[in-house]
Amino acid sequence: MRVLETYPGPRARDHDAEVAVRDGVRRLAIIPAYNEAVTVAGVVQSLRRHAPEWDAVVIDDGSTDETAELAERAGARVLQAPFNLGIGGAVQLGFVYALENGYDYMVQVDADGQHDPREIRTLVAEMDEHPQLDVVCGSRFLSDDYEYPAPVSRRTGIHLFAFLMSALVRQQVSDPTSGFRLYNRRAIALFARDYPHDYPEVEAVLLLHHHRLRMREVPVQMFPREGGASSINSGKSAYYMVKVLLAIFVGLARRRPVVEPGDEAPVTATHSI
Amino acid sequence: MPAATITVLALVWRVSHTLVAFVGSAILLLVVLELVRRRRLFERYAILWLASAIALIALSLWGGLLNFVAGALGINQATNALFAIAFGFVLVLLLHFSIAVSRLSDQSKVLAQRLALSEERLREVTASARRAEAEGQPESELETRPKPVPVPAPARRVAGADGAAEPPVRAARGIVAGRRPPAG
Repeated sequence: MRVLETYPGPRARDHDAEVAVRDGVRRLAIIPAYNEAVTVAGVVQSLRRHAPEWDAVVIDDGSTDETAELAERAGARVLQAPFNLGIGGAVQLGFVYALENGYDYMVQVDADGQHDPREIRTLVAEMDEHPQLDVVCGSRFLSDDYEYPAPVSRRTGIHLFAFLMSALVRQQVSDPTSGFRLYNRRAIALFARDYPHDYPEVEAVLLLHHHRLRMREVPVQMFPREGGASSINSGKSAYYMVKVLLAIFVGLARRRPVVEPGDEAPVTATHSI
Repeated sequence: MPAATITVLALVWRVSHTLVAFVGSAILLLVVLELVRRRRLFERYAILWLASAIALIALSLWGGLLNFVAGALGINQATNALFAIAFGFVLVLLLHFSIAVSRLSDQSKVLAQRLALSEERLREVTASARRAEAEGQPESELETRPKPVPVPAPARRVAGADGAAEPPVRAARGIVAGRRPPAG
């Protein structure tokens, strides 16, 4: 009983001393990883070498292999989900961590080696140049020399989403499925509160638009996966398409889920029928 | 076959239909009530079931209402209307449970996220307490602890606290560190 009474609650947590501070700015790089033992250590080492001012935090999304151990040995902090939350829940865990530890910027880097940590500075440069931006997204389709070795079906899907999102948010979105994104505090606070459950990237673009946050894309180089298997196989991609399309069109009619102090709790166990 | 026999058979046929519908609905009602009594079923989930059972009982006993509904739905056989209505209730119940499952997934996601944050926190506190102990410092000076795995900024690094020198606190899933952080 005493534990319950003394528990300070999620918001009351003190900001930690162990956050790396450079120029008074706190930077967090999250690496969501689900069974990525083959590649995760390399990504963490590359991040520490090429972007040393970023705190590397691997979010182990219920892996059954050695992802967490290898990431920790490579020098990352590890958050372990007790079961597989899905990419949306895992990334949202990163947002909550960033918010509660007072980070100013968060960047998401894939654990499969697709994203080059050296390109983080490309994202940062864009945000420094345009301080009104809340999110900078790395796009593999904007550079002239892009080669993206993906099956035609997946490219078609990405381009369909790109067309839809560009029309809906009325600005060019060339790579809405890219997870290589840099977020500022406003975006962190928004997504810590509300982030889509699975396949979140496309929907997140729409959420940003609804909340009047600004996003811009910059061209980055992306690599094919270094190893392991993508979580999206052919069976899931049909579900992916339907789920995201449903989320986009239902999301258009959804009221903005901002919870003001004193509003009903967004998650509740007590309810009527 | 004499006409009277047919009439009797038809009556028995209809009565047996009604009887089956009534007995079935009554059993449903009793089972739901019993589950609530044993706390196996929450009241909030029982309400829809009770409403379904009571409506079905009313329709199976009160033929006039059932005939009226059947006529309105364009169903010739009144008992078929009863099953159609029961099916409608089942659809509503299933939707209700899908909503409940969605809410539960959302709750368990939030709980899992909070658990992951707490575990990481506990790991850090445990590790720094160990470091402090190894240094011979009093544990109350935890605030001055360095990052567990500091990337180049080595200003406040404690000797021997390198990632390489110190074994990972967590061996498998979850916390296995022996010492608990100091209370309060």
